[in-house]
Amino acid sequence: MAYKAKQVIRGAAHVYGDNIDTDRIIPGKYTKTLDLSHLADHVLEDLDPTFRDRVQPGDILVAGDNFGCGSSREQAPLALKEAGVSVVVASYFARIFFRNAINIGLPVVEIGRHTIADGTQLEVDLARGEVRDLSAEQTYAAAPLPDIMLAILDAGGLVRYLQITGDYGDS
Amino acid sequence: MGHTIAEKIISRHAGRLVHAAEIAIVPIDGAMATDTTAPLAIKAFHEMGGRRVWDAGKMALVIDHAAPAPNERIANLHQMMREFSAEQHLPHFYDIGSGICHQLMVENGHVRPGDIFLGADSHTPTYGALGAFAVGVGSTDLAAAMLTGKTWLKVPHTIKIVLEGTLRPGITAKDVILRLVGDLGIAGATYDAVEFTGPVVARMTLASRMVLANMVAEMGAKTALIDTIGLDLDYPFDPIHPDPDAVYKAVYTFDVSELTHQIAVPHSPDSVVPLTQVAGQPIAMAFIGSCTNSRLEDLHAAAAVLRGRHIAPDVRMIVTAASRKIFNEALRDGTIATLSEAGASFITSGCGPCVGTHQGVPGDDEVVISSTNRNFRGRMGNPNARIFLASPAVVAATAVAGRIIDPADLQAR
Repeated sequence: MAYKAKQVIRGAAHVYGDNIDTDRIIPGKYTKTLDLSHLADHVLEDLDPTFRDRVQPGDILVAGDNFGCGSSREQAPLALKEAGVSVVVASYFARIFFRNAINIGLPVVEIGRHTIADGTQLEVDLARGEVRDLSAEQTYAAAPLPDIMLAILDAGGLVRYLQITGDYGDS
Repeated sequence: MGHTIAEKIISRHAGRLVHAAEIAIVPIDGAMATDTTAPLAIKAFHEMGGRRVWDAGKMALVIDHAAPAPNERIANLHQMMREFSAEQHLPHFYDIGSGICHQLMVENGHVRPGDIFLGADSHTPTYGALGAFAVGVGSTDLAAAMLTGKTWLKVPHTIKIVLEGTLRPGITAKDVILRLVGDLGIAGATYDAVEFTGPVVARMTLASRMVLANMVAEMGAKTALIDTIGLDLDYPFDPIHPDPDAVYKAVYTFDVSELTHQIAVPHSPDSVVPLTQVAGQPIAMAFIGSCTNSRLEDLHAAAAVLRGRHIAPDVRMIVTAASRKIFNEALRDGTIATLSEAGASFITSGCGPCVGTHQGVPGDDEVVISSTNRNFRGRMGNPNARIFLASPAVVAATAVAGRIIDPADLQAR
């Protein structure tokens, strides 16, 4: 499922810490595949072996600083998306993960330091750039995305974006 | 307002003057994908409606991450890459054993000073050693580049690092970059370009410059750019230097004269300590390889330690040269014989053990000392192993002693 920039996403938060690297999102030994269900089967395996069985479609992954640091493997956001994660919220992201997620149509939102608790219900409003913690009644402002990223997310990812536009246009 | 090296290169490609934080759409001079990233990129390229790669001569595919294929699933992905290369008439397709992608791009001149290069691998900033703006991307970004010959990017802010003083004998670019990763932190340069200059850089070989540039990925940087001062290449090129009035996010001056051997301890490459703090730590496995440290000068450094010695009986040592060309040079000059007689096992040039794919997965609770760039939990294929990162000479000495040791402290032969 692709989420568009206009959409408001609601879901339960799974909260993890800082510097979650791509090896912990999907270990390198599982990345050589085009079978996305194989990726989802091993998502976050070395971080939280229970996550795969607990995650429900639409749930929201929440992390601290520098989420997705390490390798360029697009299999990391693909594994999360295939497992049912609807959006990833973090203080901030490592840059390749951030780009990869937008490119495959997985929304990512940067909100700086936060106190979101595990299991809490969140509402993510991509268009307004807001993350609302419904349990704590707190709202976090999201860092704005460049126009080109919003356009890619709106199209449902970079594949669809280029199907429509055919090219990036000029500088 | 002057320009950093990154701003100069992007301005030249964008056809207008740009500064940090602007968005630019730029033509690229080259693109590369590996067997981890190419299959998804090929799939996305087809889904985008791609028929021909924008410029076959500028596109390279490399089978290095799981080479030779360890199972039928990966063998079929390799087959997909071979078929795509044949169908697209890609002149630069590198099959198993050719070497590690980043080494091949530099060794074969696919990337040159002043270029903008996209690589579907996070250690692509390695080409900053040439003064190229080289960025790691994922498969779909690469597919878009294969289709359009362009990419969009945000012009990065630059952190400038000036290396002054003189390295002590035996202390290498690896010790410098480990110390810098330790000081700046795993996210210390996120989204930024890291520019290196200064007299230490001016004296560095291309291989050592590649070590510096390679591990900016471990600070979260978008790319590295090393001043071309003192750079010696076997083809003519226009040097690139930053303007004296360029604007930097931060400037660090680091006098390397007192630097000692550095080691990253489990489970993060920014957990860096002087070797003396972990000396005596027993190890089970030693690995010299990867896009960080497996070039000829690295194999020479290991051989200098291992000549006339043998690795400890309860240690296994794995070595993989960065490319077939380097392996052949090391074969001709006797380095391979020295390492083999000391008990090292050789595997096909590639990435395997570093990325935990195959050929050298450690067992539970085993400790590994490695010349690579990452020691995240599970990195080498087993989340219950512990990985220490060091320079090739320290890895070799540690293999002999069976415990972490300064090469200078090995008993006289």
